[in-house]
Amino acid sequence: MVGIVSYGAYIPRYRIKVSDIARVWGKDGEHVSQGLRVKEKAVAAIDEDSCTIAVETAKQALGRADIDPRNIGAIFVGSESKPFAVNPSASTVAEAIGAVPNVTGADLEFACKAGTAGMQAVYGMVKSKMIKYGMAIGADTAQGKPNDALEFTAASGGAAFIIGDQNVIAELEDTCSFSTDTPDFWRRAHQEFPEHGGRFTAEPAYYKHVIGAAEMLREKMGFDYDDFDHVVFHQPNGKFPLRAAKKLKIPFEKLSAGYISPVVGNTYSGNVPLALSAVLDIAKPGEKILVVSYGSGAGSDAFSFKVTPNIKKVRKAPFVKDFIEDKVYIDYAIYAKFRKKIKSI
Amino acid sequence: MRDVAIVGAGMTKFGELWDKSLRELVVEAGAKAIEDANVEGRDIEAIFGGCMASGALTGQEHVGALLADHLGLNPIPSTRVESACASGGLALRTAYTAVASGMYDIVAVGGVEKMTEVSTADVTRALGGAGDQEWELFNGATFPSLYALMARRYMFEYGATEEQLAAVAVKNHHNAMSNPYAQYHREITIKDVMNSGYIASPLKLLDCSPITDGSAAVILTSMDKAKEYTSKPIKIRASAQASDSLALSDRKSLTSINAARVAAQSAFKQAGLSPKDIGMAEVHDCFSIAEILAIEDIGFFKRGEGARATAEGRTAIDGEIAVNTSGGLKACGHPVGATGIKQAIEAVWQLRGEASGRQVKDLEYALTHNVGGSGASVVVHIFERGY
Repeated sequence: MVGIVSYGAYIPRYRIKVSDIARVWGKDGEHVSQGLRVKEKAVAAIDEDSCTIAVETAKQALGRADIDPRNIGAIFVGSESKPFAVNPSASTVAEAIGAVPNVTGADLEFACKAGTAGMQAVYGMVKSKMIKYGMAIGADTAQGKPNDALEFTAASGGAAFIIGDQNVIAELEDTCSFSTDTPDFWRRAHQEFPEHGGRFTAEPAYYKHVIGAAEMLREKMGFDYDDFDHVVFHQPNGKFPLRAAKKLKIPFEKLSAGYISPVVGNTYSGNVPLALSAVLDIAKPGEKILVVSYGSGAGSDAFSFKVTPNIKKVRKAPFVKDFIEDKVYIDYAIYAKFRKKIKSI
Repeated sequence: MRDVAIVGAGMTKFGELWDKSLRELVVEAGAKAIEDANVEGRDIEAIFGGCMASGALTGQEHVGALLADHLGLNPIPSTRVESACASGGLALRTAYTAVASGMYDIVAVGGVEKMTEVSTADVTRALGGAGDQEWELFNGATFPSLYALMARRYMFEYGATEEQLAAVAVKNHHNAMSNPYAQYHREITIKDVMNSGYIASPLKLLDCSPITDGSAAVILTSMDKAKEYTSKPIKIRASAQASDSLALSDRKSLTSINAARVAAQSAFKQAGLSPKDIGMAEVHDCFSIAEILAIEDIGFFKRGEGARATAEGRTAIDGEIAVNTSGGLKACGHPVGATGIKQAIEAVWQLRGEASGRQVKDLEYALTHNVGGSGASVVVHIFERGY
């Protein structure tokens, strides 16, 4: 049985309210907040970046389970906000947790789904017995251009998963991907902020791929959506996952455990990993979890997990809920300083 | 001059049609119109196509040739007609004159615009071509801002409110609910419009027509020949066109579009009718204020009364005069070059009694009003049953 052996999450403690961002740009904060179904988003502090977040999540994951870091044979860090264009976060994480030197890895980019693409990569390596354990991390300090729609949701955070074949807490029953060349969102080399195709990001991008991947996995495995106790869809905002679920006739109760975007925002590569971590925090043995990520450009990875009794052995704080509740509000000025949007200094 | 009839009509769905290119839109609408008219392709003698900004929006000019080529109608003459947002209406009028004069017996006329392949900023720039580049656009004006000036002045002169303007969008979204070709099938409220954010004060997002892909086409023949093709020909009772200054600043009034008044009066004179005779009208509501000015300029309401009349429901489908039963530009969508033809098609369907769910009762005469730019060109048509 191959699956998740341990996991670790991290959300920076700073929050800015959507209404505070809206006020700066002359928009009706309540209206924007209701439209996106996002109340506030997590903001990395001035000394944090996606690599520090990745290290934090890796440490949390190791701290939960009794695993010798030297047995981690691969580390993939998925992010679209790497602090270096060239210089891997994967090796920094490996060094920080003591996995060096017998370890491979790389940094992955596939917009918001690089984290789950890493999970598939290490799953394959563990299953083929190339490595004993593999670590997949999704971590971002997502960029949103000032006064762009994305600024309301682009948030910071991430989660790490250790995949192995012993003491599995959630069996990875099957996975598949649905990808096409759909240019809905991109950031060119040397550009500071991403661009997007407005409403194009919804129907032909998010919904087509998320629903496409879910249906592809359903056909492959022959399941019913009713079979799942929890469902995690990528949450670029609070609205899209609800509509995707509605289209597949999945009730909100199944989304609720991992529905974190309204109070965290979209942590891009770290979004589905964080949401899955929130589900693992409360999932019971025997429960089934459907996970579908989405990355612009575009693709979705779908996973079916089955929780095992081992979940109880790793149920240790801090939980995602703790990170969500441990917060300090900042105003737009401090946010602009933290996210390095003040250009004259 | 002989009488002219529409014997066939067809259109694509209007909307963000990401899977359809300019030529695919043209072929779909053209084929539907030809099929509806029950004509053979080889019987069609000429093509007129309205298109405003295909070059700026898709890189493709030479749309006349594209129409003949992709409709499989080479080598007949094919002409692109451009009059900004009135391109479709003017294409219809041009085709009308070609048949009325006796030069051709059967003509295909269409309109098309493919607008969603470029950014909103690029669309805004392309549509700016409808204004005065040297005096308006160069100085920073955009179409929302030009119509905002008209709205602001209208509110000042007549005490109209933003809520009254919003009633145009609310009504048109409601009408679009029963139009399967409409871009939006979503009821909105006055509050939704008021909360939709200013684009150019006092106009908010939901006061503005959207960016749309779409195409529409009709087949014209002489009235004499029409019965050979259909039992329900729709006669073009009047076709009128008028012009005004390109720049808004050169107009005598900001609260009335003179070209619309002149074209409407000309059309009524040709038809021997008055505004009271019209049962439904498709008017050019590119912005909510534009519909208010339209219903006053055509003569349905006195100057200064249009906003209140709309807010009171007098332009609803069951009101005194049904305005924009298709959903108008606001909710049916506004693929610029196709809009004038779509207006004619809505008139055809209404007169044939085929406007299911939004049918105007006891309809005798329908009117279409298609405006180019901020009112520098206006085309008005009046239709009646030819059976």
